Amino acid sequence: MPAKEKFTLFHFINYAVFAVITLICVFPFYYLFINTISNNDLSSRGLVMFYPKDLHFTNYLDVFKIPGLGQAALMSAGRTVIGTILTVAASAFLGYLFTKQMWGRKFWYRFLVITMYFNAGLIPWYLTMLNLGLTNNFAAYILPFIVQPFFIILVKTFVESTPIALQESAQIDGAGYFKVFTSIIFPLITPILATIAIFSSVTQWNSFTDTLFLVTDQKLFTLQFILYRYMNEATSIAQLMKQSSGSMDLDLANMATPTSIRTTVSMVVVLPILLVYPFFQRFFVKGIMIGAVKG
Amino acid sequence: MDIHTASKPAAARPPKRFQNNDKYHLFLMALPFLILAFLFSYLPLYGWIYAFYDYRPGIPLSASEFMGLDWFTSMVSNEVQRQEVLRVLRNTFAISSLNIATSVLPVIFAVFLVELRSTRFKKIVQTLTTLPNFISWVLVYSFAFMLFSVDNGFLNNLLLDLGWIDRPLNLLASDDHTWMAMTLWSVWKGLGWGAIMYIAAITGIDQEIYEAARVDGAGRFRLMWHVTVPGIMPTFFVLLLLSIGNFINNGMEQFYVFQNAMNTNHIEVLDLYVYNIGMTNSNFGFATAVSMLKSLVSLFLLFIANTMSKVIRGDSIF
Repeated sequence: MPAKEKFTLFHFINYAVFAVITLICVFPFYYLFINTISNNDLSSRGLVMFYPKDLHFTNYLDVFKIPGLGQAALMSAGRTVIGTILTVAASAFLGYLFTKQMWGRKFWYRFLVITMYFNAGLIPWYLTMLNLGLTNNFAAYILPFIVQPFFIILVKTFVESTPIALQESAQIDGAGYFKVFTSIIFPLITPILATIAIFSSVTQWNSFTDTLFLVTDQKLFTLQFILYRYMNEATSIAQLMKQSSGSMDLDLANMATPTSIRTTVSMVVVLPILLVYPFFQRFFVKGIMIGAVKG
Repeated sequence: MDIHTASKPAAARPPKRFQNNDKYHLFLMALPFLILAFLFSYLPLYGWIYAFYDYRPGIPLSASEFMGLDWFTSMVSNEVQRQEVLRVLRNTFAISSLNIATSVLPVIFAVFLVELRSTRFKKIVQTLTTLPNFISWVLVYSFAFMLFSVDNGFLNNLLLDLGWIDRPLNLLASDDHTWMAMTLWSVWKGLGWGAIMYIAAITGIDQEIYEAARVDGAGRFRLMWHVTVPGIMPTFFVLLLLSIGNFINNGMEQFYVFQNAMNTNHIEVLDLYVYNIGMTNSNFGFATAVSMLKSLVSLFLLFIANTMSKVIRGDSIF
C-alpha cells in the first residue's frame, strides 16, 4: 500500500469497524475479569458492567476452597505437560524417520495421514477405549494424543528443508540414526517443535470431551470438565462454601456467590492461556503457514 | 531427499550400515508409534460390528442378539426414528451451510485489515481477534452465560437500563434462531484465526501487480477486487473444499455445551445426536449404525471434494 495517502473517510470507517470487532472479541474476557475482582453482591446482581466496583481479590483465594478444584488443576496441568512433551517428542522423531528410507515408508506415511480424514465414529471409539482399559485412566488423556499426523507432516516438511550435508557428516563420524536425530536434527527443528508444543498444549488444556466420554472418577476430572459442571451447579457449591465458612465470615458483600464461583473458575481456566498467549503468538503464524503447504 | 540419492564420491559415502538393511531398523523404531495409531484410529473400525447387534454394555457381544441390518432399516422404516434422523440431518445441514456461508467473512476481514495503515494497530487487532480461537467451548459457554443469561446477564441489564425492553430476554434457553446463534459463536471464535492464512496469502502477492494496476488507474476498491481477492482465491478454494468434505462433521463440543431442554430440537447435529443416543441412552447398536453411515458419507464427500479439486485446480487437496 502506498505510504503517502490522505486519511480518507474509507480509513476512518475501516479503523472504526476493526476497533469494534476487536472490542467484541475482547469484551467477554474483560467482563469476566472485572466481575471476579468486584464486590460479589453487586456482581451477582449484574451491576458490574463496564468497570470494577469495590476492588477485592478474595475470590481468587476462596476459589481453592471449592472441593475438587485443586485436584482438577493438577490433572489439567499434568496432562498438558506430559501430553505435550510426548507429542512433541513423537512428532519430532517420526517426522525425522519419514525422511529416511524406512521399510514401507510410503505406505506407513499414508497409513498415518488417512487417520486425519477418517474415523470410525464416537461409539466404536468409545468401546475400543473401554476394551483397552482406558476409561477412568489417566493414560487416556495421553496415549491417543501421542501420534498426530498433522504434526508429523509439519516436522517432515521442516526436516526436508534442512541441509542434508549436516546429517551426512555426522554419519561419517559414526553417528547412528538415533544419534543423528538427537544431536543434529533436534536442535535444527526447534522452531517447528515450539509451534507443535503450543498447539498441543492448548489442545490438552482445552480438552473437554474425553473426560466427558471416558471418565467418571472424580479424581481424574479436569478443570474444563468441572467448569462445565459448575456452570450448572454453582448455586449448590456457593451454599456449601457458605456453610463451611459459617458465621466466621463477616464479609457478607464478598461471600461466594454462584456468579463469583462461575466467573472465578472461568478465569482460572483461561488464565494460563492468557499468560502464554503473547509469547506463542509468533510461533503459530509460522506453524499454520508451514501446515498450509500440502503434506 | 535421502542419503542414498546424494551423489558423492565413493570414499566419502557413509559407513556401510547406513546403506543396507537398516530400513528394517528404521521401521522398528517407528513401530511403537504405528501401533498407537492402529489402536486409536484403526482398531475402532472393528467396533462397526456393533451396528449389527443389539449390544448392551456388560453383556459380551457373543451373547447379544444379532440384528442384521435392522438398525439401518429402522432409520427409514420406523416413522419416529425417521422423523428424528430427518430433524438431526436438517440441523446438521443448516449449521454447516451457515458455516460455509460465513467462511467468506475471514476473507473480507483479511482484505480490509491489510488496508489499515498503522502496523501497530494491525498487530493489536490481529492478536486480540485471534485470542478466542484458543479458548475451549466450555469457556465460550461461560462467557455466553455471563453476557446473555436471563437473570442479571450483561445484555439484559444493559437493555433494561436503557429502557429498550421491560422484561429480560431468555436468549440461552430459547429455541429461536438456534442455528444463527451457533453460527455467530463460531464466527466470534474463528474469525481472526481464519483470517491469518489469507493475510499471509496477501503478503505473498507480488507488489508489482499492484503497481501495474495503479499505473493503469485502478483505485483502492478496484485493487482490492481485481488484485487482492484473486490473489487469495486459491487459498479460499482449498479451505472451501475441505469444509465440503467436513460437511456432516460439525463436532459435538460446541453443541453439547450450549444444549438445553429448550433448544435440543434445533441444536442436535449428527455428532451430538450420536452421543445422546449412544452414551446417554446406551443405545449402542443404533448409535454405531448412525456413526458408521456418517463416516462413510463423510469419506464420500471428501472424495467428491478431492475430485472437484483435481478437475478445477488440477491438483488434489491431499
